[in-house]
Amino acid sequence: MKTIVKSLLAPRKYFMQGNIACAEGALAAGCRYYAGYPITPSSEIMEHLSKRLPEVGGVFMQMEDEIASICSMIGAAWTGAKVMTATSGPGFSLMLEGIGYAVMTETPCVIVDVQRAGPATGQATKPAQGDIMQARWGAHGDYRIIALAPWSVQEMYDLTITAFNLSEKYRVPTILLADEVVAHLKESFVVKPEIEIYNRDQTITKTPFGTEEEDGVPPMPCFGQGAQLLITGSTHNEYGIRKVADPDVHERLVLRLCKKIDNHKKDICLTEKYYTDDAEYLFVAYGITARSSYAVIQELQKSQVKAGLLRYLTIWPFDEETLINCAQKSRVVFVPEMNQGQLILEIKRVLPDKKVVGISKTRGEAIYPSDIIKVFREHYE
Amino acid sequence: MSEYLYKYLRTEVFPTPFCPGCGHGILMGAILRAVDELNLDFQKVVFVSGIGCGAWIPSPHFRADTLHTLHGRPVAYATGVKKMNPELNVVVISGDGDLAAIGGNHLIHAARRNVPITVICANNNIYGMTGGQLSPTTPKNSKTMTTMTGNPEEAFDLCKLVKSCGAKYVVRYTVFHTKPLIKAIKTALSANQFAFIDVISPCPTQYGRRNQLLTLFDMYSDIKTRVVHYNSLKELKPEELSGKIIIGEYYDEN
Ligand code: SF4
Repeated sequence: MKTIVKSLLAPRKYFMQGNIACAEGALAAGCRYYAGYPITPSSEIMEHLSKRLPEVGGVFMQMEDEIASICSMIGAAWTGAKVMTATSGPGFSLMLEGIGYAVMTETPCVIVDVQRAGPATGQATKPAQGDIMQARWGAHGDYRIIALAPWSVQEMYDLTITAFNLSEKYRVPTILLADEVVAHLKESFVVKPEIEIYNRDQTITKTPFGTEEEDGVPPMPCFGQGAQLLITGSTHNEYGIRKVADPDVHERLVLRLCKKIDNHKKDICLTEKYYTDDAEYLFVAYGITARSSYAVIQELQKSQVKAGLLRYLTIWPFDEETLINCAQKSRVVFVPEMNQGQLILEIKRVLPDKKVVGISKTRGEAIYPSDIIKVFREHYE
Repeated sequence: MSEYLYKYLRTEVFPTPFCPGCGHGILMGAILRAVDELNLDFQKVVFVSGIGCGAWIPSPHFRADTLHTLHGRPVAYATGVKKMNPELNVVVISGDGDLAAIGGNHLIHAARRNVPITVICANNNIYGMTGGQLSPTTPKNSKTMTTMTGNPEEAFDLCKLVKSCGAKYVVRYTVFHTKPLIKAIKTALSANQFAFIDVISPCPTQYGRRNQLLTLFDMYSDIKTRVVHYNSLKELKPEELSGKIIIGEYYDEN
């Protein structure tokens, strides 16, 4: 349920690192349990919360590994708390089994993945955007999650709050897909006096895993209320009773888990458009790469080139409609990414008749405006 | 199960999935008797389990909050539950493969942190649900589906393990020692510190039939000849200890 609360930090301008803003955003959203394992470039989040959580009556745990971190936070979520963990690629890989479990048990939780260059330990801890597809498909089975990509310190704060809100509202793990650049960036951002937060519906129900309601999101009672919760990651009916051999139960459950996200794309999908109405050259980007793209389109606009930017704040679920609308007049769609081309696969799928050009960088460096301009020139007519 | 315990059970899910002769039903009864004798508020107890036959003891049978988790991870989940809401009595019930192989890391760290939870290991010395493969507590030379010529490895003594990690209350019984087992569970549930109970529970289906112990009676007799009480250890020479099951409370050895 939606409520307006006062910000924890005094409302004013702050000069902060992205990771610290993320930690403060979590506290503002109501996070009261954090479990994590040290890993750069995300460690400042846990360091900050180790100090701040006890101050607001929360619990901080440094666990023995990332698997324990995500599992302990799921356990804590069922006591009624809002919970978070933060990590980077190698830890995110370990957390995937917990993400699958949180999907199946419809446990609200926020996972911050500050992406760094992989595979494996890779270029610890240089920036990359290589976990886009892992965030979507990393755990086994058929499922949906929500993933958001911030491009500034302001959004490390704001989108962390949004991640909690969406996670609570849809009872789904939500991933903040940051990158090393926004995480370690220091810049000013604004804390407003009030923020809108969403708290899960804790009504005691006999069917916490099934609902006739249109939104497909059942209420979630918590431990100790006498709800006699039966929680399992195995296929279960609306009461939580395991029914692994029943094809109808499995189908009903998995379809509902997918539909509760798919049917609410309008609410979940956040994008930003700059000069897209008549864009002949459309840039589609997310995270820090969108900031380089923004600089590029500003320059191109000055030289009368009809260039626009569609920025994805919500990466998953993928907003197809907005892309189709923005690309109507485009001759070329450019997709800069700090990887060998991941989100571009979605864009090519949605725009099969368009010329879609990837701009990749796999060097552990941010994509600079000059990198984008170079490729743009090759395709400018 | 005695009818006075039905109030703790979702009898609508009966029969239990356990094989005839499985020790897990006895353990289930012992846990409920301990709860009953302590007069615990069952709605303030959270039972956390992993994956395997032992994990099915509480889930879905217990009419309390039950959290059936990932393989090997129940202790990590339980840590989160207990740390976030210390008012709840948090009890992990899971198997030896779950707690000591894939979940070994979480077990030792929970013991080290003295997380005030009770961990009950339904120790059948085998992977029952997956078809009878070697577990970390399978006795040396025993036959399993993955050691058909006999287990060449040494078995884990889980009590010694968690004790060495700082666990405060550590005890082992078999399901045939029902009275002291219930007493131990009661102590653990009231301890408000990390408590570990290793419960030797016979698995005639997967362990017994590969090791010439075809019935529950055979398994019972085998266990009976191998049991040694912790207090009488000093009377035995080290070579006499091989293959023995040491029961009782594990005290600090200094
Ligand atoms: S396989 Fe073994 S442990 Fe599992 S239910 Fe059967 S007898 Fe019990």
